[in-house]
Amino acid sequence: MFIGLESWTLARPEIFLAAAIGLLLVYGVLRGEAATPFISVVTSLALLATAVLLFMPYQEGTAFASLFVVDRLTVTMKVLVLVGAAVTILMSRGYFENAKAWRFEYPLLVALATLGMMLMISSNDLMSLYVGLELQSLALYVVAAFQRDTVRSTEAGVKYFVLGSVASGMLLFGASLIYGFCGGTAFVQISQALLGGKGAEIGVIVGLVFVVAGLAFKISAVPFHMWTPDVYEGAPTPVTALFAVSPKIAALSLTVSMLMGPFKPLFLQWQQIILMASILSMALGAFAALRQQNIKRLMAYSSIGNVGYVLLGLASGNEKGIESVVFYLSIYLVMTLGVFAVILLMQRRNVMVEGVDDLAGLGKTHPMLAFAMMLFMFSLAGIPPLAGFWGKLYIFIAALEARLFMPAVLGVLASVVASYYYLRIVKVMYFDEPTDALDYGSGFAVNRLVAFAAAILVAVFSLMPQPLSLIAAAAAKGLFQ
Amino acid sequence: MSSWPILSLVTFLPLVGALFCLIVNGPKEAVDRNCRSVALVTSLATFVISLVLWARFDATKAGFQFEEKLEWVPALNIGYHMGIDGISLFFVLLSTLLTPICILASWEAVTVRVKEYMIAFLVLETFMVGMFAALDLALFYVFFEGVLIPMFLIIGVWGGKRRVYAAFKFFLYTLLGSVLMLLAIITVYWEIGTTDLPTAMEKLVLPFQWQFWLWLAFFASFAVKVPMWPVHTWLPDAHVEAPTAGSVILAGVLLKMGGYGFIRFSVPLFPEATQYFAPLVFGLSIVAVIYTSLVALVQEDMKKLIAYSSVAHMGYVTIGIFVMNMQGVQGSIFQMLSHGIVSAALFLCVGVVYDRIHTREIDAYGGLVNRMPAYAFTFLFFTLASVGLPGLSGFVGEFLVLIGAFKANTWVAFLASTGLILGAAYALWLYRKIMFGQLTKDSLKGILDMNRREIAMFLPLLLISLWMGIYPSSFLDPMAPAVDKLIGDYQAALKLARTAALIP
Repeated sequence: MFIGLESWTLARPEIFLAAAIGLLLVYGVLRGEAATPFISVVTSLALLATAVLLFMPYQEGTAFASLFVVDRLTVTMKVLVLVGAAVTILMSRGYFENAKAWRFEYPLLVALATLGMMLMISSNDLMSLYVGLELQSLALYVVAAFQRDTVRSTEAGVKYFVLGSVASGMLLFGASLIYGFCGGTAFVQISQALLGGKGAEIGVIVGLVFVVAGLAFKISAVPFHMWTPDVYEGAPTPVTALFAVSPKIAALSLTVSMLMGPFKPLFLQWQQIILMASILSMALGAFAALRQQNIKRLMAYSSIGNVGYVLLGLASGNEKGIESVVFYLSIYLVMTLGVFAVILLMQRRNVMVEGVDDLAGLGKTHPMLAFAMMLFMFSLAGIPPLAGFWGKLYIFIAALEARLFMPAVLGVLASVVASYYYLRIVKVMYFDEPTDALDYGSGFAVNRLVAFAAAILVAVFSLMPQPLSLIAAAAAKGLFQ
Repeated sequence: MSSWPILSLVTFLPLVGALFCLIVNGPKEAVDRNCRSVALVTSLATFVISLVLWARFDATKAGFQFEEKLEWVPALNIGYHMGIDGISLFFVLLSTLLTPICILASWEAVTVRVKEYMIAFLVLETFMVGMFAALDLALFYVFFEGVLIPMFLIIGVWGGKRRVYAAFKFFLYTLLGSVLMLLAIITVYWEIGTTDLPTAMEKLVLPFQWQFWLWLAFFASFAVKVPMWPVHTWLPDAHVEAPTAGSVILAGVLLKMGGYGFIRFSVPLFPEATQYFAPLVFGLSIVAVIYTSLVALVQEDMKKLIAYSSVAHMGYVTIGIFVMNMQGVQGSIFQMLSHGIVSAALFLCVGVVYDRIHTREIDAYGGLVNRMPAYAFTFLFFTLASVGLPGLSGFVGEFLVLIGAFKANTWVAFLASTGLILGAAYALWLYRKIMFGQLTKDSLKGILDMNRREIAMFLPLLLISLWMGIYPSSFLDPMAPAVDKLIGDYQAALKLARTAALIP
């Protein structure tokens, strides 16, 4: 088949990123470990440049025989994913230098994973979906085990790999069922088949359930969340930061575009699954985090809870719902990056510490940092006027438009429970006396910068949510034409 | 009317002061001194400007004045809509009056992290004023909830021994109630397509079963804030553990947010449900009045006693609102204002001796009148105002509420009035234990009377309480048209619902 020029221009950002990764890989191999700082910075810049390329010029359409689709939603999600990856690479340096694991493969693997995420987001066919998903997953398995001389990191990597493969298998099985019953892998074909009356067939429903289960694993929605706390805790902290943002956003974006795209005719079927996953995630994210002492584990449960809210927006199935997903994820990205920037600064005499209690007295020893962290915590708890409140408000507006009263009530109640552990961090920082001040070296200047930039962004979103909601509205519109 | 956005100025001026405090730098003593001065000057300036609101307020109009309307989040139809009527005017004034007094009260009592303390108080003032002036449901919610953040920090950082427990309890209790209100606000939004309050008052017509649930959701939030029995238990803890100024704001302003919410939102938006639930409110309020008065009788901690008395006094407020006649509603607003002044002053009184002896145990005191005559006079004055001595502010509110209640339901009035007797019992008992008797305790032998700063703190409250008791019309008249309209609209809505029910 001849591939037209417009296909190549549509995929320009992805091609650019792939080329950049290739060149940097060659450069790294030739120069060895000495090139690591250079490569990490250039990789982040390449990721950001890819984000810019998405808009120069902005184009919509499908490419490669409709394997690949570009629209407002995919572009917005790609920007979030790229920013998340670029920032986490920049934040990684101090940590890996301490751990003596600062190797040039790390930024490149992250970039490869990001490339996979971009393909996932843009996939318009079960085949390209799977290829993108696996590219992402394989790179991430390695990254999770990157600190290969520590048991925890390798354990996290193996755990992620084994469970991730099971999920991929489920997804693949579901996809094959759908292919069998719908007669095609392209989203367009599936959509036509479902509208043509195939939706009632039990095989399609079973396939849908398997696909959704596979995706639920990737976004760590309950009941497929079991890997999350262990992997988050075990993986090197910068990798945890990455896991909490980019792959999650990519998988959620994929979930949205699949369920609201080809599977729209089965809305009533998948709505039940998503609703159940949403309620369980919100509840588990709230209750399980209450007693966590490790801040990375705590953030793992927090991210499970946050996915629950996003799924509630998705389960609404209306335009506001998709808007709320985009809106919520944008704010979630900023808050999470900010929190992990602070976590990465938790170091005492060249040893990273991870206990919640290690933050004791931060309000006295590092007032600015503690203030930023406090903003993130109140924002994550959804207390107005902070940005997180607007995110939750958006979600609940969508949910009530869809008349999902019970889930909404359960959601707000879960948010009250969850606010307890966010408050606990504020309490530790401000109410408790400092034990032993955190000290961090010069490799962490970027993290401070990220923390403060994120705090400023949170403040800006708090006072002016309008621009972000316009972006979200534009992104959601494409699905409802 | 001037084109100045004077209401926004009052709301956000404290934030400017907070920013000033934020950039102050240097040696600790200098920073502390400067922050105190900045906070005092800003809050005083805010108070002066808020007096302009009163001066320019047109007391003959029922509608909202000083309105400001801007777009904020057009995508969700949320606007920045501010305005006050005769009801909210005095709550705004109460907030701006109490903040400088609180800052004076913390002048010497707070010595650690003074900068952060002052910032927290100024931010708190912005949220409080904004809440009373907001005319948009979402904007109101933002301010209403935003209050929690500075208050949580004030209790948690500068509080007493069990401050962490109290701070969490305060925060979580209030949040739990409020999130349900948020859902109700969103439901209203979907009914009328906007969160603008005046539009909602005009357009919102809901069937009864909807009103039923939405009223309950709002009730969950406001009942915790008032606080009504049985969700009052956060209040004694929060009061006891908060620093003096925190208790003052808590009792003076934060408790009024619940009563104000009932008047501003529950009654006009859900009239049928209001009527339906009035007996429930009466029941809970009567329990609050009698039960918490009895509980107050056996307290050993001064602050706790006053905290329980607050719950009892707020019981009158909720009765007054839900009898829905002129005397009742005016009385309950007046009672809120009076309680704002009097209980604030009582907590300040506790603060005065606490700063000297560092205990709030009632048994640790006795015979103070011998060494502190000025203090004894002040305490007596506010105790009597709290009990409801005619001529002082407490009397007017309670009397009006009881008249209103009597018109609506004799039994409610009868049971509520027993609270007056109990109130006198615990207040006078407290006064006797602390002030009278022989000064035998060694720790009290060297205690000093109030200094000039403390007198400056009490004087305005004392004068206002006297003014409210002797000439209540200056306060009742400006609110009359607004209350009249509230009741008129309420009756009209009920009538409409009745006629609608008759048509098959």
